[in-house]
Amino acid sequence: MSVAATAPAPARVFGSGIRRREDPRLLTGTALYTADFTLPGQAYAAILRSPHAHARIRTIDTARAKAAPGVVAVFTGADSDGVLKPIPCAWLIPNSNLKTAPYRPMATDTVRFVGDAVAVVVADSDHQAYDALELIDVDYAPLPAVVDPQKAAEAGAPHLHEEAPGNIAFHWTVAGGDIDAAFTSADVVVRDRIVQQRLIPTAMEPRGALAQYVPATGELTLWNTTQNPHIVRFIMSVVTGVPEDRLRVIAPEVGGGFGSKIPQIQGDFITVFCAMQLGRPVKWVETRSENYVSTTHGRDHVQEVELAATTDGRILGVRATVWAGMGGYLSTAAPGIPTILHGLMLSGPYQIPAIKEDVYGVYTTTTPVEAYRGAGRPEATYMLERLVDLLADEIKADPVEVRRRNLIPPFENGHAVATGLTYDSGDYQGALDTALAQIGYDNLRTEQAAARAKGRYIGIGVSMYVEICGLGPSQVAGAVGFQGGLWESAIVRFHPSGKVHVFVGISPHGQGEETTFAQVVADELGVAVTDVKVVHGDTENTPMGWGTYGSRATAVGGAALAIATRKIKEKARLLTSHLLEAAVEDIDYADGKFFVRGSPDKAKTIQDIALMANVAWNLPQGMEAGLEASSFYDPPNFTYPFGTHIAVVEVDPETGHVELKRYVAVDDCGRQINPTIVEGQVHGGVVQGIGQALWEQAVYDQNGQLLTGSLIDYAIPRADLLPDIDVRSTVTPSPHHPLGVKGIGEAGTIASTAAVYNAVIDALEPFTVRSIQMPLTPERVWRAITAGKGA
Amino acid sequence: MFAANFEYLRATSLAEAHRLLAANPGAKLLAGGHSLVPLLKLRLAAPPAVIDIGPITELRGIAGQGDSLRIGALTTHAAVAASAEVRTSAAALAEAAAGVGDPAVRNRGTIGGNIAHADPASDLPTVLVALDAAVVAVGPKGERTIPAAEFFTGIMTTALRDNEIVAAVVVPMSKRGVGSAYVKFAHPASRYAVVGAAARVAVNKGTCAEVQVAVGGLVPHARRASAVERALTGQPAEAASFQAAAARVREDLGGDVNGDVFASAEYRAAMAPVYVKRALAAAAARAGLT
Amino acid sequence: MKVPITISINGRARSAEVEPRLLLVQFLRDVLGLTGTKIGCDTSQCGACMVLLDGIAVKSCTCLAVQADGCAVTTIEGLASNGQLSALQEAFWEKHGLQCGFCTPGMIFAAYELLRTNPNPSPEQIRHGLEGNMCRCTGYQNIVRAVQAAAAAGGRA
Repeated sequence: MSVAATAPAPARVFGSGIRRREDPRLLTGTALYTADFTLPGQAYAAILRSPHAHARIRTIDTARAKAAPGVVAVFTGADSDGVLKPIPCAWLIPNSNLKTAPYRPMATDTVRFVGDAVAVVVADSDHQAYDALELIDVDYAPLPAVVDPQKAAEAGAPHLHEEAPGNIAFHWTVAGGDIDAAFTSADVVVRDRIVQQRLIPTAMEPRGALAQYVPATGELTLWNTTQNPHIVRFIMSVVTGVPEDRLRVIAPEVGGGFGSKIPQIQGDFITVFCAMQLGRPVKWVETRSENYVSTTHGRDHVQEVELAATTDGRILGVRATVWAGMGGYLSTAAPGIPTILHGLMLSGPYQIPAIKEDVYGVYTTTTPVEAYRGAGRPEATYMLERLVDLLADEIKADPVEVRRRNLIPPFENGHAVATGLTYDSGDYQGALDTALAQIGYDNLRTEQAAARAKGRYIGIGVSMYVEICGLGPSQVAGAVGFQGGLWESAIVRFHPSGKVHVFVGISPHGQGEETTFAQVVADELGVAVTDVKVVHGDTENTPMGWGTYGSRATAVGGAALAIATRKIKEKARLLTSHLLEAAVEDIDYADGKFFVRGSPDKAKTIQDIALMANVAWNLPQGMEAGLEASSFYDPPNFTYPFGTHIAVVEVDPETGHVELKRYVAVDDCGRQINPTIVEGQVHGGVVQGIGQALWEQAVYDQNGQLLTGSLIDYAIPRADLLPDIDVRSTVTPSPHHPLGVKGIGEAGTIASTAAVYNAVIDALEPFTVRSIQMPLTPERVWRAITAGKGA
Repeated sequence: MFAANFEYLRATSLAEAHRLLAANPGAKLLAGGHSLVPLLKLRLAAPPAVIDIGPITELRGIAGQGDSLRIGALTTHAAVAASAEVRTSAAALAEAAAGVGDPAVRNRGTIGGNIAHADPASDLPTVLVALDAAVVAVGPKGERTIPAAEFFTGIMTTALRDNEIVAAVVVPMSKRGVGSAYVKFAHPASRYAVVGAAARVAVNKGTCAEVQVAVGGLVPHARRASAVERALTGQPAEAASFQAAAARVREDLGGDVNGDVFASAEYRAAMAPVYVKRALAAAAARAGLT
Repeated sequence: MKVPITISINGRARSAEVEPRLLLVQFLRDVLGLTGTKIGCDTSQCGACMVLLDGIAVKSCTCLAVQADGCAVTTIEGLASNGQLSALQEAFWEKHGLQCGFCTPGMIFAAYELLRTNPNPSPEQIRHGLEGNMCRCTGYQNIVRAVQAAAAAGGRA
């Protein structure tokens, strides 16, 4: 059922790697991002942020700032408290004893992370606002900080919220199969303590907001750097009290998100508050340094994991305890990430009879943690792929062979795993074989041995994954505490001239759905792709949608679009039968034409039908005018993309430097609408995961100060540190998706961290290295080698 | 991104720059801006006035001066890296200049601004100290020449007086049979040197006749590695002697090795011999080529 | 005290009185409304603000507007002529060298600078030429391909 991606390119626009429609405006500097808008009378906001990780605010003196040149107003939490409600958490995991605590847009009495908002200056110019910021005097009484989630959960740790005893935000458990029996009967148990270090998403466009409030009408318009404008409208309405029908949210061009533009952050609400108080447009754009302390972070798990197996390498069970740092407050989707998106994925591509995981969400005096590309799934994949490699090491078997022994056999429609999920379709063996062939695995092992004999340390790392995408059935969303639905909607509208307008609820920010969605519509309706325009990002003219994250835009939004398009086709068929005076069941469709079966000359193009439907001169009885359809698609199941990635590294034993020499990615995201875009998603995803393995880490000191607070210290991957990524694919359609697609946005990140990490550990095998904390900085690798030499 | 206000003054001659410096206590000199502007943007510096010396054409350019090259203070890193004279007769300097920041930084950043800023992780000081270069500092009453090894005095501090301006750097040229090299352990984010090692080696009939070595990045300011120099002088120009001599660098490091969240002092100290060894090998190889 | 400056922007002289602290990128974006040039960091790392200053690529966040007085600046808005994309713009489009587009204007000028100094770069040289520009979407690979394609097509213009 898998098809090699080297098959001849299809003639259809669906499946064709056409150039993106988005690009001309982006290439010429004419695209407008939030920071690029300026409204008449606009003022600028600069936010004063806590320099302390944890402190009581004794007093705030804003008098000098208010008197500074150009200053329009200075507000503190005392001004906004009661006007703005606390920022709600939108994923309230049931049966987890979840304890929320008020997350105020501006702190009132206590700050709980460096970067917590304390006051705002609004001035005529941005420079004046920042000048005045220095004139606000805040008297803080520092309190003790705690930055490590495991330590924060210990008795006697500094305490953040009275609502959450012991700093425990929630305790969630997933269990399937008889885990005690698995470990009791095991021949082999391997264990590890894994730190999934805290990462900073670093979308290249920082966050920002521009708010315009018209007191006379009570209407609020917000330009916002967001992945989900409709959720922003919903939550903004809850926090500000502005009714949703008076609230318009525009996500204009958005410069990447990677999860950091899912949540509504303090700056968004502060900007809106200022605009409403002043009746004047207010713009706030964070600086990168501000972004690093105040916009969300990702990962931050401490994982104690163990795997039970037989001596011949069959996995019997996986057990884990995870302490997931939440930061000072629960961000919008935070609790769902280490639980639903992580714990439920602990079977990966393997047959594992018993799984149990305890997850503690823990408050720490750090920047709130949110989704970051992959969100929970990289942490699960990494955990499993480490354990499988440790098992291979323990039983002296090839890591690929151990994987093979445990893979779920190919299935086309449904496979249940111990965590309770039912995967849609998969051919894990196929992806593995493709990757092994592409990298030349057997030869590589020979080369590795030869290199070692010469004192060169080459390593090969394999990572297999299954991810959960296409979030998701709304009924499941409700059952797992998500405070919203997870369906998507689309409207497809034919104009009389035969041009097509598509309006979607999802909100791309780099993924290219203006192109891929046009391809879907063009393919379904037989119109030119250039005749289809996709509109998104403005709540005023797009139907409701829950946003672009979790690789769901195409998996859910694309399905809504396909169904709306098919409704149009059905109506067109009816109208054709009426106009050609033939029975509906005798009307065939091919290549944009409806015709009477057996009489291809008796035909109407879709454009003919669009015109006739719109002028409505001759419609069948009961048919409404126009050629337009909408769809609300609520998926029956998640989609489960999968794949195998293999990395080859060389370690410099003198310095500990890791050089990434080769990388092969084989991903299966079901049918591909635009393989060029799929490949681009994999490139970027893989590189972000490599970043976690080798370079990226947000480091706090004991006092809760972020030591990696700028791009001078926080190392995101750069071009010269990377090899080409060799991207391949297999195609296993999702059985339940109208287009057979699954989603590709996060696959690369989910797989690559473990692939690179396993490769480095493999390279260091002669030094008997088992485990090194990520990122694998030269010093850490060097220390492991040094310790290994001494052993 | 939002500097505090300052007064902007522009000098078109050294004399004018000195006049402005005298009249504006606390003023900062602005050359390419790649040391000062980042500080201004983050308000880590808030001088009352900034004197732009960019227009002083006499501070620009590379010219031979006896056995040395005189490199004007306003010469950009890109110009130093691209200069045929520098590449031929001070290869280590060209190599270091080619590795400062990134291409756009090298297009604006200047050698004078770089050394006056004296960031301990900067590349150029290490090379200048190794090559026995000198800094020409011009004060209101004339100029003086400061050996590079005496110019850098601490973290972001130099021997430059408040009323002096760096006018040029004078770098002795390598002769036939002499090679130099700079190797660097670059920080993955900042691109500054975690450890930098510069070497100039004169090879005569397979023997290291003269050896000059300096290290930077891991110490408060670039410093000569005289223990290494002594150990290698007179030894055969081969891998074993480079390794043995480089190991002596620990004696040169002193007790003030820097450490940070990316690389501890212990690790940096352990890396110094590795990078010194590599610099020696590269320099000696070049000596053989010239 | 404000300082009068005149800068030729994309071939047209633009004069203004600016505070000395105003960065060139702020002058372009906030005074002239040329918002194609982006700000992605505050430490001169990301390269989103790259423009040509007298034909040479610079980070406009690390240059005061007053320093550019009398100079010629080319921004992304000035690269296409008469609606015709430049070779680099075409190549970025053809090779899918951009996703969210935020780093793209700077990335194009980094590529321009590379091809100015090295018209036929190897993939490795291209990667080094891009070391001052950050992209979080593409993993750089298709940007490298785009620069190769532009070089093969005869250059940057």
